[in-house]
Amino acid sequence: SARLQVIRSATPTKRICIVGAGPAGFYAAQLILKQLDDCVVDVVEKLPVPFGLVRFGVAPDHPEVKNVINTFTKTAEHPRLRFFGNLSLGTDVSLQELRDRYHAVLLTYGADQDRQLELENEQQGNVISARKFVAWYNGLPGAENLAPDLSGRDVTIVGQGNVAVDVARMLLSPLDALKTTDTTEYALEALSRSQVERVHLVGRRGPLQAAFTIKELREMLKLPNVDTRWRNDDFSGIDTQLEKLQRPRKRLTELMLKSLKEQGRSSGPKQFLPIFLRAPKAISPGEMEFSVTELQHDAAVATSSTERLSSHLILRSIGYKSSCVDAGINFDNQRGRVHNIDGRVLRDDAAGTVDPGLYVAGWLGTGPTGVIVTTMGGAFAAAKNICDDITTNVLDTSSAKPGYDADGKRVVTWDGWRRINDFESEAGKAKGKPREKIVNIEDMLRIAGV
Amino acid sequence: SAGLALKTKDVVNITFVRANGDKIKTSGKVGDSLLDVVVNNSVDLDGFGACEGTLTCSTCHLIFKTSDFEKLPDKPGDEELDMLDLAYELTDTSRLGCQITLSKDMEGLEVHVPSTINDARAA
Ligand SMILES: Cc1cc2nc3c(=O)[nH]c(=O)nc-3n(C[C@H](O)[C@H](O)[C@H](O)COP(=O)(O)OP(=O)(O)OC[C@H]3O[C@@H](n4cnc5c(N)ncnc54)[C@H](O)[C@@H]3O)c2cc1C
Ligand code: FES
Repeated sequence: SARLQVIRSATPTKRICIVGAGPAGFYAAQLILKQLDDCVVDVVEKLPVPFGLVRFGVAPDHPEVKNVINTFTKTAEHPRLRFFGNLSLGTDVSLQELRDRYHAVLLTYGADQDRQLELENEQQGNVISARKFVAWYNGLPGAENLAPDLSGRDVTIVGQGNVAVDVARMLLSPLDALKTTDTTEYALEALSRSQVERVHLVGRRGPLQAAFTIKELREMLKLPNVDTRWRNDDFSGIDTQLEKLQRPRKRLTELMLKSLKEQGRSSGPKQFLPIFLRAPKAISPGEMEFSVTELQHDAAVATSSTERLSSHLILRSIGYKSSCVDAGINFDNQRGRVHNIDGRVLRDDAAGTVDPGLYVAGWLGTGPTGVIVTTMGGAFAAAKNICDDITTNVLDTSSAKPGYDADGKRVVTWDGWRRINDFESEAGKAKGKPREKIVNIEDMLRIAGV
Repeated sequence: SAGLALKTKDVVNITFVRANGDKIKTSGKVGDSLLDVVVNNSVDLDGFGACEGTLTCSTCHLIFKTSDFEKLPDKPGDEELDMLDLAYELTDTSRLGCQITLSKDMEGLEVHVPSTINDARAA
């Protein structure tokens, strides 16, 4: 065993750097720490605060979804994990520097841009992205001055995914239901003055292709004072196809049909209006024009007919995309994600050769689809590949690596985050909210003590 | 410890079977949920119970034998079925572990853990 000890001490600590403290980063860290007992995991995060879209995306009225934070916190407090908040890849540190200082680097910095409709007048004031609107009510630093114009009756949301439904729910929910959530104070104030009464949720394709999931729809149908109205025409022939559908699609369609049948029985002061088979065509003040579409092999094809929807405010919700933050990343500009196979970043996409030691997971690798559980599965897979590559010596870990040197940098440690967390919880208590988020980065740094 | 546990009246022995056939024998108390059993015994199932039993994930998806499934006292509600719709490898005898409460007649229950999450294959 004396010999064993010599061998052990001759093997340097394996150092792995994870860039991005969202679900992908934390789930990967959890698995790596469990599988490799002689490693240190460093997590580098752009913001002074962790958790990515769990903090800044997931709707404030879904606090249960945020329970994953408890597991992430346990991972973060593992003795072999170090957190470096307020450190941004591409501006504060380069990918090359990280690769020099670590045996493996896992990129999990998410998708913080949004897809555009590519229509004229899209940059007008009455068109904003759902991503920005979500960031605004959730207190992402820099989004606090969005000032969405909620003074009109009609809002049109382009897109029918769960993000679109979240936004519709935030606009239609009774304010009392939001007051006890961690919705930022300025958003609550703006929503209290909102004149919005009708929210259109427009999709290119039909009910059988609807992108929202059943849980989100059921929640809308249960909202007090909100009347969901479907268009009969959108559903012609749909019931005859029910038997062919897979269980999830079938249950979702059945719920829509049930709601369609019951519509008009109640009437709330506010309306939720899902509209199918309409493709965005033009934007003008107070209005949005759509092409009526037809389905051909599940794809929406525009016809010559059009329809105009009164739209004081237009929210674009057709997906997120990632950005390339460092020239050293083999980025797929077209799809807005990093070229990879099962989380191994490709050096040459045509040949399929991997770039040893560089990995990707989460929305940055898969594109912005799926829920936290989907992200978890992918992150575990990428983490497992890292561990396998290290144990099978595909990755050379024989020479020691120094890890990141934070000396003299304004970096927020996990203790610093705990101070922010305590401060936010305390501030929330007075208002009956789980927390009142700090929105300003300088305030965060001050409270963290850096 | 299993011997000791059996002496207590309220203890129910449960076996989790991983996709690769590995069996994890453990136990819980009458009234616990299957999620409680996993958490209280630190059963090593990565990612299990992400939402902590609030019916907003599906990571606690478990597959029952038909005969056991049929004996479960409560049928799944709409909310549980909604979440099950998002689970991988959904079967006709799938339930969410956080919604199943142990009773004495579940003694010796064996449940299968779907592979997707725990073998960590790319989603
Ligand atoms: C509006 C919205 C609502 C959602 N609601 C739900 C829900 O209810 N339930 C559910 O299961 N899923 C939900 N999701 C999906 C879920 O949020 C994602 O699956 C998950 O967050 C993706 O994880 P990620 O780690 O890939 O990315 P992210 O969560 O985006 O994490 C990326 C992290 O990287 C950091 N970062 C960015 N750039 C840099 C850089 N240059 N250097 C260092 N760090 C950087 C970011 O600050 C962030 O912390 C929602 C998503 C959105 C957008
Ligand atoms: S633990 Fe999330 S649904 Fe059971």
